[in-house]
Amino acid sequence: MYAQMVKTTGTGVKSRDEMTDQERAFQDKIDADIKIEPKDWMPDDYRATLIRQIGQHAHSEIVGQLPEGNWITRAPTLERKAILLAKVQDEAGHGLYLYCAAETLGISRDEITEMLLDGRMKYSSIFNYPTLNWADIGAIGWLVDGAAIMNQVPLQRTSYGPYSRAMIRICKEESFHQRQGYDAIRKMAEGTPEQRRMAQDALNRFWFPSLMMFGPSDKESVHSAQSMAWKIKINTNDELRQKFVDQTVPQAEYLGLTIPDPDLKWNEERGHYDFSEPDWSEFFDVIKGNGPCNTDRLAARNKAWDDGKWVRDGMLAHARKKRARNLAAE
Amino acid sequence: MTRDEAFHQFLLRMGDNTLILGHRVSEWCGLAPVLEEDIALANTALDLIGQTQMWLGLAGEIDGGKSADDLAFLRDAWDFRNVLLVEVPNGDFGRTLMRQFLFDAWHSIMLGRLIKSSDNRVAAIAAKASKEVAYHLERSGDTVVGLGDGTEESHARMQEALDYLWPYVGEMFASDDVDAEMVKAGIAPNPADLRAEYDALVGRVLTEATLTIPESRFAHKGGRDGRMHTEHLGHLLTQMQWLQRAYPGATW
Repeated sequence: MYAQMVKTTGTGVKSRDEMTDQERAFQDKIDADIKIEPKDWMPDDYRATLIRQIGQHAHSEIVGQLPEGNWITRAPTLERKAILLAKVQDEAGHGLYLYCAAETLGISRDEITEMLLDGRMKYSSIFNYPTLNWADIGAIGWLVDGAAIMNQVPLQRTSYGPYSRAMIRICKEESFHQRQGYDAIRKMAEGTPEQRRMAQDALNRFWFPSLMMFGPSDKESVHSAQSMAWKIKINTNDELRQKFVDQTVPQAEYLGLTIPDPDLKWNEERGHYDFSEPDWSEFFDVIKGNGPCNTDRLAARNKAWDDGKWVRDGMLAHARKKRARNLAAE
Repeated sequence: MTRDEAFHQFLLRMGDNTLILGHRVSEWCGLAPVLEEDIALANTALDLIGQTQMWLGLAGEIDGGKSADDLAFLRDAWDFRNVLLVEVPNGDFGRTLMRQFLFDAWHSIMLGRLIKSSDNRVAAIAAKASKEVAYHLERSGDTVVGLGDGTEESHARMQEALDYLWPYVGEMFASDDVDAEMVKAGIAPNPADLRAEYDALVGRVLTEATLTIPESRFAHKGGRDGRMHTEHLGHLLTQMQWLQRAYPGATW
């Protein structure tokens, strides 16, 4: 779940009477669970909203390499280093599928990358938090990928064909990511007192930011309603957040770790856990660029892009020369 | 030097090369010039770390039941046996890929010989690793050609990378008592005997890349026998070994 606060362009959900014939036919297809494909007609707002959502998701995969990369060189065993490398490689691969899905909507990878680099597009707020001890790598797999899966599993049924197909591939890998994260933090929770302290510290810092990943409550949100009508979004933020809490609390109990929320308790009547809301003012600060790592993350991406310009130019120039030589030889 | 001691040294040389280079390549995580390169760099590092587990695993068996992790995380710099080439800092992307190419070319030829090793365990590791390294070589070779024969700037940067790294090439072909013992046992070839094939391969690619091999055959040495590493290795180990050193006895 790497798309938060994706604003739908347009004025909200239209009734059938307000729709043009084309719009009605489009909505009928969506209602019948027929996938929309790149060459099909689609409303401009549907296209624009999807570009934002897929782009934000792709950017999150890319920026998400940085907090994990922060520990690759310090991974405590060869096995853990290999697992983390495999995971980060998967994430770059997810970015690639998603940028390709966005390209089918008419925006090139370079254009959408520029929009990340100059701040016009966002990535998930979670990657603006630092990874401070090795257990954070476990916590990212367990909590962050766990939260991501909550949203991505339903998105396998999303209405836009290329996005849906990308999600199917991504979900397979994400579940491996979550399991390795849980395994890494379990090992620490069962380890020495120092390792337990690291595990608890990671949970303390990542719990609320993980809940924020689902975005603020979308009750009465016009944007959410439109995205749900278009099946770009399948569940509400609150439904997904509740599901995540219900799944995660027993896992934390199994580890013997304490979720940093004194108000967390099982509600027999609802059949769900009651829990505290995250500090939404912190969330909006992070979204606005004031999270602990926003500046550094974006600077790192910009530096990589700028430093790599000569490489991209060089490879392109070589490809052109080669093509010219091949043509001349024909 | 007994045969076992020589065999142990040989395995450390193989495993330390892949460990240290794998570590260096992994430093690129998330910072490559283009997404496909992020994927390729992570993939290369992953292969190299996997090979390390096999080489150092076998070295540890011989060394009184140590694990590959014990060897990777609990030795100090003087006990490392990698060639100096793999420990030099990454520099820009061009230097990283040039270093990769110069190593891959040696690595693929070496593994090709080790597939026929008299020691079945060595032959099995080499068979698995050589498939991965064939891909590494194809990719690093293509990149060296692309950037060498790209723009004026990319050409200049690749030539600079080659000039910087070339003095580290010779060490891969040095031979000593360890190698003599391995040749006698039929376990591994004499590195010096790989040079002609290496020069032909590297020469072909660098010519296509429009790059000029420096004339000097001077070679920095001291890595594969541990006599004198570069200053860079200690810093690399400081980072790589930190958790294991700070929390001795913990399992991860």
